[in-house]
Amino acid sequence: MLDSNNGYVVGVNGNMLTVEFTSSVTQNEVAYAKIGDLKLKAEVIRVRGNRADLQVFESTAGLKVGDEVEFTKSLLSVTLGPGLLKQVYDGLQNPLNKLSEKSGFFLQRGVYLDALDFDSEWLFTPMAAPGDHVSAGDPLGYVPEGIVEKHYIMVPFAFRGNWEVTYVAPAGTYKMKECMARLRNERGEEREVTMVQEWPVKVPVTCYKEKLMATKPLITQQRIIDTFFPVAQGGTFCTPGPFGAGKTVLQHSISRYADVDIVIIAACGERAGEVVEILREYPELVDPKTGRTLMDRSIIICNTSSMPVAAREASVYTAVTLAEYYRQMGLNVLLLADSTSRWAQALREMSGRLEEIPGEEAFPAYLESLIASFYERAGLVLLNDGKTKGSITIGGSVSPAGGNFEEPVTQATLKVVGAFLGLSRERSSARRFPAIHPLESWSHYKSVVNADEIKYAREILRRGQEVNQMMKVVGEEGTTLDDFVIYLKSEFLDFVYLQQNTFDEVDAASSAERQKYCFNKVVNVLKTRFKFENKEQARRFFQELRLTFTDLNYLPFKTEEFIKQEEKINAKIQEKAVHA
Amino acid sequence: MRKVYHKIIQIAGNVITVEADGVAYNDLAEVTSARGTSLAQVIRLQDRKVSLQVFTGSRGISTGDEVRFLGRPMRVSSSEELLGRIFTGAGKPRDNRPEITDKMIEIGGPSVNPARRIIPRKMIRTGIPMIDVFNTLVESQKLPIFSVAGEPYNELLARIAMQAEVDVIILGGMGLKYDDYLTFRNTLDEHGALSRTVMFIHTASDPVVECLLVPDMCLAVAESYALNNKRVLVLLSDMTNFADAEKEIAITMEQIPSNRGYPGDLYSQLAARYEKAVDFEGAGSITILAVTTMPGDDVTHPVPDNTGYITEGQFYLKNGRIEPFGSLSRLKQQVNGKTREDHRTVMDTMIRFYADYKETLEKQSMGFQMSSWDEKLLKYGKLFEKNMMDLSVNISLEDALDLGWKIFAECFDKTETGIKSDLIEKFWPKKS
Ligand SMILES: Nc1ncnc2c1ncn2[C@@H]1O[C@H](COP(=O)(O)OP(=O)(O)O)[C@@H](O)[C@H]1O
Ligand SMILES: [Mg+2]
Repeated sequence: MLDSNNGYVVGVNGNMLTVEFTSSVTQNEVAYAKIGDLKLKAEVIRVRGNRADLQVFESTAGLKVGDEVEFTKSLLSVTLGPGLLKQVYDGLQNPLNKLSEKSGFFLQRGVYLDALDFDSEWLFTPMAAPGDHVSAGDPLGYVPEGIVEKHYIMVPFAFRGNWEVTYVAPAGTYKMKECMARLRNERGEEREVTMVQEWPVKVPVTCYKEKLMATKPLITQQRIIDTFFPVAQGGTFCTPGPFGAGKTVLQHSISRYADVDIVIIAACGERAGEVVEILREYPELVDPKTGRTLMDRSIIICNTSSMPVAAREASVYTAVTLAEYYRQMGLNVLLLADSTSRWAQALREMSGRLEEIPGEEAFPAYLESLIASFYERAGLVLLNDGKTKGSITIGGSVSPAGGNFEEPVTQATLKVVGAFLGLSRERSSARRFPAIHPLESWSHYKSVVNADEIKYAREILRRGQEVNQMMKVVGEEGTTLDDFVIYLKSEFLDFVYLQQNTFDEVDAASSAERQKYCFNKVVNVLKTRFKFENKEQARRFFQELRLTFTDLNYLPFKTEEFIKQEEKINAKIQEKAVHA
Repeated sequence: MRKVYHKIIQIAGNVITVEADGVAYNDLAEVTSARGTSLAQVIRLQDRKVSLQVFTGSRGISTGDEVRFLGRPMRVSSSEELLGRIFTGAGKPRDNRPEITDKMIEIGGPSVNPARRIIPRKMIRTGIPMIDVFNTLVESQKLPIFSVAGEPYNELLARIAMQAEVDVIILGGMGLKYDDYLTFRNTLDEHGALSRTVMFIHTASDPVVECLLVPDMCLAVAESYALNNKRVLVLLSDMTNFADAEKEIAITMEQIPSNRGYPGDLYSQLAARYEKAVDFEGAGSITILAVTTMPGDDVTHPVPDNTGYITEGQFYLKNGRIEPFGSLSRLKQQVNGKTREDHRTVMDTMIRFYADYKETLEKQSMGFQMSSWDEKLLKYGKLFEKNMMDLSVNISLEDALDLGWKIFAECFDKTETGIKSDLIEKFWPKKS
């Protein structure tokens, strides 16, 4: 009987197994390939006749034709429950810290640990009562989990239809797998609810009433983003750029300063060293707003470049499923994936082994729809109670081959996201960070500042660039003083507003209030008519003005020094301003 | 006794296929032909068909030749005896000395748990100002030298190796020219460094499959030494040859290429090697310096491009110099704040002026007027190139910083540098 669920290996090609089976298998079902006592986790990705192709989440070295494969009948899933915050997982939700306690320096294959500590105890407060009618995703009670005061214990997402509460545990302390409630459906079927549930990662959680338009700005405290290319709570954005353009540094800044409840970082197929900085620093960095460390609001999914490729493919889904879980509690979640290109490459590797007909640059033909459905899992939703809202914002970095945006992953991503923050090699080489290109980027969302002023500022940037181009041909001598001043103004805007020093304690984060205030000051300069004798004088004036503004950027908002510096700025402007 | 198979049903490229049972993926076999015996590795299993890549190539193999499976994957000795020795990519001695077979370990082992990594913190001094001052090399860093063919990249690699304070040097040669191999060996010998060096050398005339093994052999040995508290520096030259060997096998196996013929997993293959760079808490470390030649000086070529996405920066070698633009050490900020208080300022200011100098050069070449400021920049640029950028310069970081101040003072007045006054006070050269 047992054997009916088993098959055996008939082919091995890299991390792909072909397995012959006797009964039935399900697409995306988890299976284990066995080498002696070692069990290697795998997922069914194609079925043809009585043979299934599986992607193995580990090295396949040592597997033989004829080796046994155990099918589990369950889809690739994550474990949901209190205790997810602060965790560091691999792409399959293995806790990396516990793994290191068990296996030391290296990631030994075939070692899988519980994602949560099921022996941990939580203080439960009931919210539902016997007789209540509930459905999937509705809260039955809550436990406090660090910064999440009410981590809801919900009707499991997989419970279909309507249920009546027959029992809810009284307030008290419980272990995760104890019975917290019992529910009965119309057919009289009775089921227990614990604090833990499982959910298949590739299936979106849709236990909400409706998806709403994302309109509220998500403040990242990055000036060029919030002012010029804003992101919305529940929206999506991408940051493509060549290597070294600053994608990772930008994502780290956003993860630190973004105004959200929870941040999920998916380190997908890039450098392990970059995750280490997060792992070591976030537990130390205290958020002044909450008095908690950054780690307290973070979950890190870490499947870096040398970790198994198939698990990398899973990692973005693991991340977004955890995001959906917390959104279901009415929280605002930010998911940052670095880099979605590595996920796409994992798909490409597997597609190649499956010998599918390739699309452009050998990416699979379905790449575009997979990218679209991933970003589709973002969104602002109205929960079943009709009052509470929760959101997932997704920001994905893209690493285009050769830094060329005309490639499949960038193009497919641009079709679906609400904001495009394109990082340019030109700007990063000139060390103008964040290197988001101010003329090529765009956003469909609403800015924190007045739209007319942005239009004005962008116009100055555009004209400044034109003058700059022209000067390269005709030289400064051949440029009029008026044009030259426009160029200086655009450079001024670039240096004092678009550029921001991530590594300075004050300048690293600029609140919405501060942005409104300072942008106004900058636009005033742009709109002011100045009188200069010659270009040299104009250049010197703007150099000095720029310095007074940059100094301001390093001063805490509205402090005494800040106000003093403002006076200096005003005096400087008056030196050359022409009054109408 | 292991079973011997006599029926090779396909020979294509360097890959042969036999029908066999009970063969494990990645395992080794010995193929005996009229040419002698070669190792081969299982790269695909399909029903009874076993595909193997033959390390010495398939030339001269006939369908009736003997294939004997060894029942184990590729291994290398991790013995201390390796020091001072020279091997082929397949681990055979190249120096006419006996084979070493104790402490055998598997190559291509699992990756380090990211949760066990630590933030790099130790500078590696090289005596090269363009590295020490501007793009500091850090222990456990992985860094390629992007170079056009014909640049002195191997000399640079050898020089860094000689100067770096490490316990063990492991040199992996891939498609190395025989002369370059001899140069490496002689340089190491002259500096008395051979006895702390292990070499795995695949030369341009060796079978291409052996080239694929070189990084894994080097890194497996490096890992085992590092776990035994050794600071190991791994030099790999040239990783473009490694990538090209990958390409060749992929095409033989009829894989669909992704970009200019390279396989879709090139990124993962390179990353699996480079990510072996590590600092083991409580033990030693592995630092990787590699050469990546860029066909046509094109950074967007798939090999340098994929490499740049993986490594922690790159040194860009051009016209015999390490270019300050294009070069980057992503780890420099971990260490350059703790060297000398003026380090970052000198670095930033010198680069800023050098960029201005480049602009001035452009203006000059277009025949625009030169201002007195332009003249100062021109003077500065020349001094910078001669005293800092020239690869023959060999001075300590501190001397290089002092030199930086001297150049400032020769070209500009104090305020023109825009440097904070407390640093000027302390470091500006006193008139004698
Ligand atoms: N905002 C910034 N301020 C200063 N330097 C930066 C900034 N962003 C990036 N850099 C520099 O660029 C390097 C590469 O940035 P990174 O984010 O790792 O690039 P990417 O992820 O696009 O490859 C960093 O190591 C740092 O030296
Ligand atoms: Mg990055």
